Amino acid sequence: MTLIECDNLTIGYGSTAVQTGLNIKIDKGDYYFIVGENGTGKSTLMRTILGFEKPLGGTITFSSELNKNAIGYLPQTNTAMKDFPATVEEIVLSGRQGHLGWMPFYSKADKKAAEDNMARLDILSMRHKSFCELSGGQQQRVLLARALCAAQSMLLMDEPVKGFDPKITQQMYDDIESLHRSGMTVIMISHDLAAAHRYATKTLQLKRERRTV
Amino acid sequence: MNLIETIKLYFSYPFVIYALITGVLISLCASLFGVSLVLKRFSYIGDGLSHSAFGALAIASVLRISNSMLIVMPVTVLLAVLILCAKENSKIKGDAAVSMISVGALALGYLIMNIFSPPSNLSGDVCSTLFGSTLILTLQPSEVIMSVVMSVIVVLFFIFAYNRIFAVTFDEEFAAVSGTNVKLYKIIISIFIAIIIVLAMNLVGSLLISALIIFPTVSALQLFKSFKTVTIFSCGLSVLCAVIGIFIAVVAGTPVGPTIVAADILAFGVCKVIGVIYNS
Repeated sequence: MTLIECDNLTIGYGSTAVQTGLNIKIDKGDYYFIVGENGTGKSTLMRTILGFEKPLGGTITFSSELNKNAIGYLPQTNTAMKDFPATVEEIVLSGRQGHLGWMPFYSKADKKAAEDNMARLDILSMRHKSFCELSGGQQQRVLLARALCAAQSMLLMDEPVKGFDPKITQQMYDDIESLHRSGMTVIMISHDLAAAHRYATKTLQLKRERRTV
Repeated sequence: MNLIETIKLYFSYPFVIYALITGVLISLCASLFGVSLVLKRFSYIGDGLSHSAFGALAIASVLRISNSMLIVMPVTVLLAVLILCAKENSKIKGDAAVSMISVGALALGYLIMNIFSPPSNLSGDVCSTLFGSTLILTLQPSEVIMSVVMSVIVVLFFIFAYNRIFAVTFDEEFAAVSGTNVKLYKIIISIFIAIIIVLAMNLVGSLLISALIIFPTVSALQLFKSFKTVTIFSCGLSVLCAVIGIFIAVVAGTPVGPTIVAADILAFGVCKVIGVIYNS
């Protein structure tokens, strides 16, 4: 079943298109890799799918099966986050905000889910530590745990293993693969062609284009 | 008469109690939202909005509108929503836009007051609008009640929206993907900030409001590393500084606003030193 379908999609910023004529189909259970050099619009594509950027042309259709509040998103860390006073637990728990509904506070189930995901990524022991005191790789795992808290049907990741050492990279791929096996649809931006070859059910390779609309 | 008796005497006057209640509540509200503003890199917004409020106040006084709030409040709320909800990639950059609005309103406000209003005590009027006046000591019970009601609404909103406010402050885009209505929260937060700023104009004047918003948060950031502890500590510190400032101002006869801000500056210094010692 197709969850997301992009038809003749043009993406970019302002009047500058970075990719034109993209036709993409993402089916339920896909492990979809988006690969390509820097500047080919990988992040822009993901941001357009998520609705942060407007498409410059074409359409994106979402299946009604896709619960749009159950999407997990792993962004690249930005500078404002890096000195933000927040504990690991506060951040991971915020992944459950889609479950709040009209309730003001997180339930026991929310806290349990946050704990499970912290344990899964081996950051439970640093739950009371501040995000800004962690290393880049640890911060990335915190944000992944947050994404996992939110993801019930789909997980979108922008270079999840960036800056990781090989051991953690492998662990991360294993974790994502086991999620995928349990039915999660995964969309991942990566530079890692070997990983794409090994795990992807579909791969989209973006090449450099220079056109304006 | 010794000091304690002097204090007792002063605090037997209802106007001193009114000032204390209003001062504490406004400082509390300002520091609550200060955390979000500072972390979102919007510290300058207090300045921008309060100067704009000054401009609006000038217009209201020239038009001889008895209740100036009728003009000042809507103008400030509107500007707050415009500034905080503007897209980051607009042609005029956010900080430049805020500076333009703020100094523009300040200059035009003074100009309008100068041209149109009777020059009886202009410099006194302007000075008290900019630096807070003894106005805080002439509050009417109705004004105190309004401050109390607004503060209760602001604090209750903050408590009930705490988790959403954290999420929107930390990562707007993730919050949006998770189904949080980011735009709605930003608009509500902007409106509350505008209300707090207009209320705080009575207390510390429009030039000094930013101090109430920024100092307690930045002081808390020197010592604490989680969102919850930073929020709680900055509120406590802000209230403490307001109480100390009003006490000193009443007893020593110094201007209220600058005295509170001086207490905030001192508290920041202390937090900074403790933070440096603790981290080394």
